[in-house]
Amino acid sequence: MFTALHFAIIAPFLAAILVPILYKLVSRIHTGWFVLLVPFLLFIYFIQFLPITSNNESVTAVFDWIPSLGISFAAYVDGLGLLFALLITGIGSLVVLYSIYYLSKEKESLNNFYVYLLMFMGAMLGVVLSDNLIVLYTFWEITSISSFLLISYWYEREKSRYGALKSMLITMLGGFAMLVGIVLLYQMTNTFSIQEIAASSSEILNHPLFLPAMLLILLGAFTKSAQFPFHIWLPDAMEAPTPVSAYLHSATMVKAGIYLVARLSPVFAFSGEWLWLVAGFGITTLFWGSFSAVRHTDLKAILAYSTVSQLGMILSMLGVGAAALHFDSIDNNLYIGATAAALFHLINHATFKGSLFMMVGIVDHETGTRDIRHLGGLMTVMPITFTIAVIGSFSMAGLPPFNGFLSKEMFFTAMLNITTFNLFSVDTIGIVFPIVAWIASIFTFIYSMIIVFKTFGGKLQLNKLPSKPHEAPFGMLISPLVLISLVIVFGFFPNILSYTVIAPAMASILPSVLANGEQFHVDIYFWHGWTLELFMTLGVVALGSLLYLSIRKWSGVYSLFPETLSFNKLYDQTLFTGERAASRITGLYMTGSIRHYLVYIFIFFTAILIATLFGKDALTLTTDNTAPVSVHELILAAMLIFSALTVMFASKRMTVLISLGVTGYTVALFFVIFRAPDLALTQLIIETVSVALFLLCFYHLPNITKDLKKVRFQTGNFIVSLAVGITITLIGISANGTRLFESISGFFPEASYDLAGGKNMVNVILVDFRGTDTLFEILVLGIAALGIFTMIKLRLAGRDRL
Amino acid sequence: MRPNDVVVQTATKVLVFIILVFSVFMFFNGHHNPGGGFIGGLMTSSAVVLLMLAFDLDTVKRILPIDYKILIAVGLLIAVLTAVGSFLFGVPFLSHTFGYFTLPILGEVELATALLFDLGVYLVVVAVTLTIIQTIGEDR
Repeated sequence: MFTALHFAIIAPFLAAILVPILYKLVSRIHTGWFVLLVPFLLFIYFIQFLPITSNNESVTAVFDWIPSLGISFAAYVDGLGLLFALLITGIGSLVVLYSIYYLSKEKESLNNFYVYLLMFMGAMLGVVLSDNLIVLYTFWEITSISSFLLISYWYEREKSRYGALKSMLITMLGGFAMLVGIVLLYQMTNTFSIQEIAASSSEILNHPLFLPAMLLILLGAFTKSAQFPFHIWLPDAMEAPTPVSAYLHSATMVKAGIYLVARLSPVFAFSGEWLWLVAGFGITTLFWGSFSAVRHTDLKAILAYSTVSQLGMILSMLGVGAAALHFDSIDNNLYIGATAAALFHLINHATFKGSLFMMVGIVDHETGTRDIRHLGGLMTVMPITFTIAVIGSFSMAGLPPFNGFLSKEMFFTAMLNITTFNLFSVDTIGIVFPIVAWIASIFTFIYSMIIVFKTFGGKLQLNKLPSKPHEAPFGMLISPLVLISLVIVFGFFPNILSYTVIAPAMASILPSVLANGEQFHVDIYFWHGWTLELFMTLGVVALGSLLYLSIRKWSGVYSLFPETLSFNKLYDQTLFTGERAASRITGLYMTGSIRHYLVYIFIFFTAILIATLFGKDALTLTTDNTAPVSVHELILAAMLIFSALTVMFASKRMTVLISLGVTGYTVALFFVIFRAPDLALTQLIIETVSVALFLLCFYHLPNITKDLKKVRFQTGNFIVSLAVGITITLIGISANGTRLFESISGFFPEASYDLAGGKNMVNVILVDFRGTDTLFEILVLGIAALGIFTMIKLRLAGRDRL
Repeated sequence: MRPNDVVVQTATKVLVFIILVFSVFMFFNGHHNPGGGFIGGLMTSSAVVLLMLAFDLDTVKRILPIDYKILIAVGLLIAVLTAVGSFLFGVPFLSHTFGYFTLPILGEVELATALLFDLGVYLVVVAVTLTIIQTIGEDR
């Protein structure tokens, strides 16, 4: 059944069809205003599901797509899906609103922009609300494609195209791996439905395909979510318009991988590899992202690396949260806190990172540059933007009283708790988790400060700015202000989220922990006493401030790693060497010489046949079915061999021709003594005609010299031709030596007269029993004749045209 | 100057008819003895080639004003129609039949639809060979 829910998912696609029409017809109004309706209405629609999911219930609607393959468009709304759907539509509305003021109606091709954006929005909704893995994969690829289109929106810029290609190659690589993983899952469980797969997760845990499926799906999730070392596409994707960066590359698309990890946690998370992989890659990405962010001077690049690191943080919490599955109840289960923290930070990150991107967009828009070396002193000129930057960055750095502080504390708690987990040897080396997390947080603090104080603090350098800065128009400020107020609201009243959104989403990620009818109780407190986490935060602030102030002294650390060792270099080198190697390999064997291709064909032919002959033990050298040899045959055979050798060693073309003729006539004589009069007649005439035609060719083609230079002896050619000859001989003898069943030739002598009224069996077979063959053979002759006619008669016309 | 090849031409005039008759014999003989449309066709065209050698292309064209390309189509059409004709009698594609008839002069003969099909083969072979040779021969 096609329900309203399905309609809601594909509504953005339908709206995308209307966008170009509206753009052309109503050109006075900014197209974005029409587009704004779509995410806004969808947001309101999805809000209505909140009461359902907060009771841990879910809505399923199935629309058959390819029932015979078990592929159905199954829309499934539960806590996790709804959380993402609300993020997508909510931030989508704000981004569209922002883009209305950001993109000029006159200069930009808005129709393209909004079509791509709506495509992306619909695809993203499809990813998070699909229960069928194939449908999920379909939408997943549409997000990659629309993201590719959006990054290359200013396609006349070389860097946009480079970034778009890079992101596409990397995410498509992961997407394809994911498809293989999905197929493996289907092999194990015989269903594409995530819910059904999750239900049988304990059965597949020891399946040999379990680990490959998990690795492949994780590869898809990691590439999409820009995890180490696949994070390199995200900074280059910053060439997209800022609304796109805010929407795709901070709030939604990069979280698709996180969604996938969370969604498939019930399937895979019970294994130790999952915990280590997800948490390990997450924490590495967290550190590497925050460490790399400090060195950059472009605001958007800083934000890109910051996104990378925050995504790593969320992922590491999800990985650690998998530990909770090893406890049967929620009582005394320390580790469920990690999952709650992951979800909470997911929402927080979407709010503050969205607003920060919009802030950067405003700065870029009003000053003309994003380079922090040129910016500074904007505090008094752009007070509202400054407020946004301060709140967003401080929340990102994890400072009270904003929501980032809460999620960072919960993150530290999760990382500290995991060290007590006594499975999969976490308790021995697990201690690196809190340490790396803490160091990464220090770097997070540093780049957050850089964003605020390098942009807005210090002196105003008017001479370095392309345009005179002033505060942005109010319309541009609405969206970041809304997001910033959410940062504060979630900071002070986190529990409005915890019961409505986070607890149901946790129930989707950790279903096995809950007993029937039980619910998660997530309480997020501002103040939880003088705990270790608080001291860690204090340490972050203290050390971070110190390092920020002394940044000039230690920034030489970054030049310790030469540029050539970076992952970007690796990517570029891989592409470059790959292309060069491919072209070299192709050039190596595609020589353009027919002689070489023939050698390949013959070698392949002989190798395959010989291998089969010996591999199947088919070689039989018996004389069981052979007839006695007569003198005539020996004489003819000698003639044949002689003329064939003459062909090979002749020095004149004419000799070659005559020897060929001799061969042909000898074959005709063979036909005579083997009692095939029809064949002999035809062979004689055809041989005559073809020799005449050869003569004609030599006569008419002046460029071919009449004399041959003696055929050069080439060992390779000799071996190949010898091999082919021996192969064919062996096969002939073997085939003759083994008669599996009687031939049907016994049927024809009688039947040809009784059934077809002819005594010439050959002719009866040709025109009656197997007449269709003859029909098409004369067609072949006709085509050949017309072909020759065309080639000769139309040659002149072609030459004239040249 | 063209050499005087009166011997060749005179001999050709006689030989061509013998070859033609022999080719027709081969064609009709095919059902019971070695021969048939293919060999008959090749032999007929060899008679024409002999004409071309003894005289020249233009002369042969004048005395045999045939467009051989159309003849290919005619031959193919005859073969296909023979094959399709079996549908009229509700039997599968290319089903042949034969019967014995008493004709004036010839007496009792066997007539087979296979002969019609063979006629198509014959015409195609003649036409193909002559198209090729004529085309190449005319090429300068």
